[in-house]
Amino acid sequence: MDFLSNLISGLSLGSIYALIALGYTMVYGIAKMLNFAHGDIIMVGAFAVIVCINTCGLPVWLAAVVSILCCIVLGVLIERIAYKPLRRSAPLTVLITAIGVSYLLQSVAQLVFGSEMHSFPKVISMPTIQIGELTIKGNALVTLVVSAVIMVVLTLFIGKTRMGKAMRAVSEDKDAAELMGINVNKTISVTFAIGSALAAVAGIFYGSTYGFIGPYTGSMPGIKAFVAAVFGGIGSIPGAMLGGLALGIIENLSKAYISTELSDAIVFGVLIIVLLFKPTGLLGKKIKEKV
Amino acid sequence: MKSNKARRKNYITYAIAVGAFAVTMILIFTGNASRHMQSMLVPICINIILAVSLNLVVGILGELSLGHAGFMSVGAYAGCLFSIYMEQMLPAVIRFPLAMLAGGLVAAVFGIIVGIPVLRLKGDYLAIVTLAFGEIIRSIIINLNFTGGAAGLKNTPQDATFISAFVVVLLTLIVVLNLISSKQGRAIMSLRDNAIAAESCGIHIGYYKLMAFVVAAFFAGVAGVIYGHNYSILTAGTFDYNKSIEILVIVVLGGMGSIRGSMIAAIVMTVLPEALRFLSDYRMLIYAVILIVIMLCSASQTVLKLKEQLKAVFFGQKNGKEEI
Repeated sequence: MDFLSNLISGLSLGSIYALIALGYTMVYGIAKMLNFAHGDIIMVGAFAVIVCINTCGLPVWLAAVVSILCCIVLGVLIERIAYKPLRRSAPLTVLITAIGVSYLLQSVAQLVFGSEMHSFPKVISMPTIQIGELTIKGNALVTLVVSAVIMVVLTLFIGKTRMGKAMRAVSEDKDAAELMGINVNKTISVTFAIGSALAAVAGIFYGSTYGFIGPYTGSMPGIKAFVAAVFGGIGSIPGAMLGGLALGIIENLSKAYISTELSDAIVFGVLIIVLLFKPTGLLGKKIKEKV
Repeated sequence: MKSNKARRKNYITYAIAVGAFAVTMILIFTGNASRHMQSMLVPICINIILAVSLNLVVGILGELSLGHAGFMSVGAYAGCLFSIYMEQMLPAVIRFPLAMLAGGLVAAVFGIIVGIPVLRLKGDYLAIVTLAFGEIIRSIIINLNFTGGAAGLKNTPQDATFISAFVVVLLTLIVVLNLISSKQGRAIMSLRDNAIAAESCGIHIGYYKLMAFVVAAFFAGVAGVIYGHNYSILTAGTFDYNKSIEILVIVVLGGMGSIRGSMIAAIVMTVLPEALRFLSDYRMLIYAVILIVIMLCSASQTVLKLKEQLKAVFFGQKNGKEEI
């Protein structure tokens, strides 16, 4: 039973990673860039909730909406200002720009909120559920259910709507999509908007799971979500979900049964082993190179 | 055989390095270099070694590595432990070079260990494995006893001086530049330009990839040893992925594949954060903005045109002659 409750909290942590990894993987699929600033959007989203609830006294649902809107605007603005002019340049140039944006967000947050940790308000008021010996934290349950719903909606959106079709087309071949009359700029903006919205949701759940938020909080879950996206096969949406969940479970189980300090090393070690056997991730497509 | 042009270019790079060293020494002896300036000399040398060696992987081999700080930390710990145990037995003149050799070799062995998955992976998958490797090394070092754990490794003798660090910079330049302009270097560059074509010409992809990787790891380890002997305290937290990214920023700013560019960018990027110190709280903000603006400018058409025009103004006649 102990194992089962660890598994469930692992799943909940994993669904946070999966939400962030989805943003990474969608942006990668469509813009072919690693958006290193994505992790810091989580931090912005979490701080937005803190400001809304503690300073403005808004109700929780409104705070969440405001936080998501903030992140969407921020994500689209970043894409327009920093990434769009570099669309045709070398991938590394874009990578360094993304790192610059990440530093920028962190230092702005540090100037505004100071470098200390801020306690995150209690946004999820679900009591802990006890079924026999099985304990499920209310927080974990809400995170799990909401993330599952978001993932289903996202899958339907990408599979069934016109915009989703456009996104798949742009990620397949940008130039051909443009010739077919797809507005590439708009599609990329929508992708960034969705990714940032998911990051905001992840930020809220991350804040309520760990209880504290600081200007550098975003970078570690960001890196782990990046790992999760690669783990599942970068560019693949079900891959990001699977990778995120797997990462969360591995991390939580190794924390519970092996060592808290070594849990990160174990997570990264499993990643390396998986990549050794499946060089393009769990669900990544193997692209044959034509000469 | 090396072409004459490449050889001349290499000599110019050595001359620039020696010239900069001579100017700095003159400044020190005439008393024109402040203590603050002098304290930055060894870190500049360390960053040059790191950037030049990472450029071998990123610029010449064309693979993204986010784990350079991992190699640096392995080398640093190996070299510093060597020095601590040998402190009574050997004088500093012998101990420090041996420590650097030990650190470099250990880092190179780790380069081989990491290099084996490299043979199968490409692009972002390779980047993530190097990043993962760096993080694994960091958490293992924190959990070991003989490395001092999270508190850090203390009491390394402060053997590093500007002169010794500069000698290592020069050695790094000689090895890397000669490697690049050799047959092996051309093989490595052919992998970057077109791996399939290179393989069909009989170039062993795995062997040359590993060569670039291991040489880079060796020098990263040596840089780590100098780092440890400069500050005399090592903490595993210093070598996280942010450090790797810092080195990558230097390489990209200096220009991929340009060793001279890496040298100049290493100096600028070591001095710039210090020079911005008067901005106190706004330092990181300004740094981030400068980084983004440089990157945007490097891709902007108007800036590129301006650069061409400037070149035409300064070197106009020379270019004209060459065309004839």
